Amino acid sequence: MAELSTLTIAEARDKLRAGEITALELTEACVAAIERAGALNAFVHHTPDLARDQARAADARLQAGDAPSMCGIPLGIKDLFCTKGVPSQAASGILNGFKPEYESTVSQNLFDAGAIMLGKLNMDEFAMGSSNETSVYGNAVNPWRRGNDAAALTPGGSSGGSASAVSADLCLGATGTDTGGSIRQPAAFTGITGIKPTYGRCSRWGIVAFASSLDQAGPMTKSVRDAAIMLETMCGHDPKDSTSADLPVPDFEAALTGDIRGKVIGIPREYRMDGMPDEIEALWTRGKEMLADAGAVLRDISLPHTKYALPAYYVIAPAEASSNLARYDGVRYGHRAKLSQGDGITEMYEKTRAEGFGAEVKRRVMIGTYVLSAGFYDAYYNRARKVRALIKRDFEQVFAEGIDAILTPATPSAAFELGRETADPVEMYLNDVFTVTVNLAGLPGIAVPAGTDGQGLPLGLQLIGQPWEEAALLNTAYTLEQAAGFVAKPAKWW
Amino acid sequence: MSIDKETAAKVAKLARIRVEDADLPALAQEFNTILGFIEQLGEVDVDGVEPMVSVTPMRLKRRDDVVSDGDQQDKVLSNAPDAREGFFAVPKVVE
Repeated sequence: MAELSTLTIAEARDKLRAGEITALELTEACVAAIERAGALNAFVHHTPDLARDQARAADARLQAGDAPSMCGIPLGIKDLFCTKGVPSQAASGILNGFKPEYESTVSQNLFDAGAIMLGKLNMDEFAMGSSNETSVYGNAVNPWRRGNDAAALTPGGSSGGSASAVSADLCLGATGTDTGGSIRQPAAFTGITGIKPTYGRCSRWGIVAFASSLDQAGPMTKSVRDAAIMLETMCGHDPKDSTSADLPVPDFEAALTGDIRGKVIGIPREYRMDGMPDEIEALWTRGKEMLADAGAVLRDISLPHTKYALPAYYVIAPAEASSNLARYDGVRYGHRAKLSQGDGITEMYEKTRAEGFGAEVKRRVMIGTYVLSAGFYDAYYNRARKVRALIKRDFEQVFAEGIDAILTPATPSAAFELGRETADPVEMYLNDVFTVTVNLAGLPGIAVPAGTDGQGLPLGLQLIGQPWEEAALLNTAYTLEQAAGFVAKPAKWW
Repeated sequence: MSIDKETAAKVAKLARIRVEDADLPALAQEFNTILGFIEQLGEVDVDGVEPMVSVTPMRLKRRDDVVSDGDQQDKVLSNAPDAREGFFAVPKVVE
């Protein structure tokens, strides 16, 4: 029954409800798949016993006929989510040994619906990275390879473990979080679907904070239908997050009609970057053709401040991170440095943070500290917030002119090799060039696998929707998915 | 604006992250690379633009000012590196 882990959420739901399989069988298949996939380093904390307990409870609910869509579905949970009694350390040494006494709202919503947790998934430290290489656990590995070339590729980041695990069929779906592209870039690198909903759709409560005005959770799944099912369970109003939207959650799956006739799809000219690989350009062109064939109307649009999104992001996100990460002081949880004779509390803070944080996290905390410091606050932080307002205005203007959704490439390249020289931190930041505008504007964005490059690696397209219009966005993504017919799977080498 | 070794040391101090003297020049160089990238923002005409406060226009909800939680001392302290007699323990703060 090992192949059960290859099921989509929708397929598994139907088989569970029909009594063809049990949640326990499904869970055992995933546990076995995870045990064989150590080489991927996707799961970093394993919870098979908890999973079996949850599976038995799910089977009881299924028998009783009280089974929501996610009931009995085995998932991986990104290490950024606090899970009660289970290590939750945001892939950071500074949270070594931390076991929360509480459950994040998103994971609680999933568990309340009967979903099963197989374990915690690898990621970049505090979600700061685009290759999963800043993790204290070592990097996760992409199950995809370039043909017969055994070079290890990045699964992307920060939700690299989630992407690797779903792509390799270790679980049926996974939670991710996205601050600048951390769901969509790894989804594109591994041939899966990932959606970042509108800011405020998913509660941030219990998710380790990186940049609070940008962070959003979302599902990473094997299909758009699965994304619709899982997102619906994850989101909803939460009084414990003051930015959580008090709006009804639509039936996202019901919106998947495949009918997008008359929808107006914007093609932003600023997303045609200098030096963009021909394969990305060709994929984008095919995407436009597929949507046009489905009856959508394509329209060229301009989002003039696109170029300034990454620089604005690299002021705002580090600024918020420097504030959020001030809590890691060695007092209340996690790592505390061993102190020397005569060391006071300042030495304790400084040594604890020097030992506990990795290089990229330290870099961003210090950049954030600098742009918020006296004398630079206006020049950097306030200016970046003004540019952010202009980036959001760009989107508002095209939406007001009748654009329903925007089609762009998801990433500027296919998955790249792990261990590549990264002497210039800015080079790594460019991975998020197509995704980061969406976080700055608070919009929903989805990456859909749409083709492969010349070496057989998956490539993704991104669709950007209007605020709170995830249902329409998912339907457009579903139409694109059906037209693209992406069914390739990585050859199993692990 | 270029960051020198002294500025890098000051930022590290403000961030409460110990950086060895020998590592400061490389750190200053990294800051300069990143800040060089950020400098592009200077090209944008932001006259009359209000800095964004909240990405979604919303009025934050208010809740009743009542105690809704508490009596969880054991849980609060359960992850502390050093907890004694119901308190977080830290090195001496005042002489």
